[in-house]
Amino acid sequence: MNTSTVLRANNINKHFYTPEPFHVLKDVNLTVGKGEFTTVMGKSGCGKSTLLYILSTMDTQYNGELYIHDQLVTGKTANELAYIRNKHIGFVFQFHYLLSDFSVLENVMLPAQKLAQRSPTAIKAAALEKLAMLDIDTLAYKKAANLSGGEKQRVAIARALINDPAIIMGDEPTGNLDSHNASNVFDIFKRLSVENGLSLLIVTHDKDFATKTDRIIQMKDGRIVSN
Amino acid sequence: MNWTMILKIAKTHLLTKKRQTIIAALGVTFGIGSYITLVSFMTGLNGMLDDMILNQTPHIHLYNEIRPSVLQPLDYLEDSGLTAIRSVRPKQRQKRIHNALALLKHLSTDQDVKAALPKVEAQVFYISGPIELGGVVHGIDVIQEVNHYNFKDYIVNGTYQDLAQTPNSILLGAGIAQKMSLDVGDRIRLSTIDGNVFSLKIIGLFQSGIADLDAVQSYTNIKTAQRLLGETNMYITAIDIKLHDMHKATSIAQSLEQQFGLRAVDINTANAQFETGTTIRNLITYAVSFTLLLVAGFGIYNILNMLIYEKMNDIAILKATGFSSSDVHHIFVSQAIIIGLIGGILGLALGLGLSMAIDQTPFDTSALPTVTTYPINHKLSYYLIGLGFALFATFLAGLLPARKAGKMDPVHIIRGQ
Ligand SMILES: Nc1ncnc2c1ncn2[C@@H]1O[C@H](COP(=O)(O)OP(=O)(O)O)[C@@H](O)[C@H]1O
Ligand SMILES: [Mg+2]
Repeated sequence: MNTSTVLRANNINKHFYTPEPFHVLKDVNLTVGKGEFTTVMGKSGCGKSTLLYILSTMDTQYNGELYIHDQLVTGKTANELAYIRNKHIGFVFQFHYLLSDFSVLENVMLPAQKLAQRSPTAIKAAALEKLAMLDIDTLAYKKAANLSGGEKQRVAIARALINDPAIIMGDEPTGNLDSHNASNVFDIFKRLSVENGLSLLIVTHDKDFATKTDRIIQMKDGRIVSN
Repeated sequence: MNWTMILKIAKTHLLTKKRQTIIAALGVTFGIGSYITLVSFMTGLNGMLDDMILNQTPHIHLYNEIRPSVLQPLDYLEDSGLTAIRSVRPKQRQKRIHNALALLKHLSTDQDVKAALPKVEAQVFYISGPIELGGVVHGIDVIQEVNHYNFKDYIVNGTYQDLAQTPNSILLGAGIAQKMSLDVGDRIRLSTIDGNVFSLKIIGLFQSGIADLDAVQSYTNIKTAQRLLGETNMYITAIDIKLHDMHKATSIAQSLEQQFGLRAVDINTANAQFETGTTIRNLITYAVSFTLLLVAGFGIYNILNMLIYEKMNDIAILKATGFSSSDVHHIFVSQAIIIGLIGGILGLALGLGLSMAIDQTPFDTSALPTVTTYPINHKLSYYLIGLGFALFATFLAGLLPARKAGKMDPVHIIRGQ
């Protein structure tokens, strides 16, 4: 077994029972190594999002085992899972999921405040540093609702990075951006992977995007067909 | 639990929904405001009425009642249980209390007794010119009466010192004075049942506010009343007892009856209906306040429910980034409590304002000559109860919506996009 595995999924199966019984994920096996930039591709409806929700511990209704840092995550309590998400997983959604009434800085700081392992001043400094790294430190005190789509997505990435997670997951994070902003976000991911040794697992439809990453996982009808 | 963070999120949510927050808080404000106003006013009224009764009614009234002997001579002869005596009449006895001075002395050494005041009651006719009116004169120990009861409050156009010091003076019932067209400084003649006639000087008027009483009742000092009846200073018809603890009145009255063969009426028996009035007023106060707070609670419940659907995205993000169900739960319960706190404090201010306004409102009643404005009982504990009540009610109203928010599934929300 590879000791530098960040994420490992064993025989994941998932069914939906409403509106009718449906076997969405079939015997999915997958590992993400440390520092690896992996993309997941596949037709719409093949189960990519469903898989990502399971891997990110938000969905617990599945069969199989999930390990993060070689530690079994499956079967843990909701509070333990919340802690794991908080500390080890950064998530970037397709839509710009920010708390729209809060400032950019507050959005980025919140997961760290929840983790509460650093002093408020240290958290603020870290948040400003992540924002600077993504070239959006000038937006720190703007309200999240007033940002453009590309800016919002970069804030979401900064937020995902704030607790220095083991892995960043993204569900079509560039799917809703124009090509300029999309390549910008991709460049950021690439840089994080190369310069910071961050592990990434990104679902995308963008072939150009995917070919520039370390590895492509192809899905079809709930199965992994090439890895 | 990181409360600064939770409260910060709760505060931000409330600030973005200012109008709903204000409406919800106003509901609480009216509920608490009316509770404070009602409870201060109602207990003020209760207190005033209690005072009125307590300060003019002795805890125990001791007197010699004319009634037939319970045991008739025949009862001493045989004990068959078959005897029945009909048409029993009481013997003509003196109304005076036997050996009253010794009894007064005995009572004044009793530890439970605060004061024992002698009284002389005399049936008289008031005579002025051709008019004759039947009535009662009470001979009292004026100074003691003023010290222990609110006798002074019922004197109009005169002073109690005059009554105590002027020989052959009378404090005439206001109704009598009116009927006879007499006023302070005039003289009035009194005829006793035995036919003796005296002329007394009116040094003031007595107005209790109860018209029936004021039309028959007058006061003199005790010596004048004794002289009126041609009796010595041993002649006393009743003793009014004030106790240190009025709750002992019933038991002490019973033992006095047995010990001295006198009739003893205690205040609890005499004013049984009074307690009922107090209870009902309290009941109304709490029923109205509770209803208003219930309505306010439903308002908060509704507004929080709405807020939770509007903030579903926030809930999903918080949970996706590692906030637990209980964090989200606390965020929304905090919002309810913040609404309760703001609404409650404003409610206390509203209640204080309203009750101060009532306190200034003129209240003219002949029954209570010393009362000039509506009575209000300002008490800190009502304000503490009010605030506690507001926080508790809003906490309850927030509980269900908050639990719903805590249970929301982030995947479900994100997929719904
Ligand atoms: N809550 C659900 N209940 C029933 N079927 C669902 C539910 N969520 C997704 N599905 C179905 O599961 C399949 C996989 O969905 P999804 O993982 O979103 O696909 P992808 O992200 O690859 O486009 C789709 O056919 C979708 O209709
Ligand atoms: Mg999808």
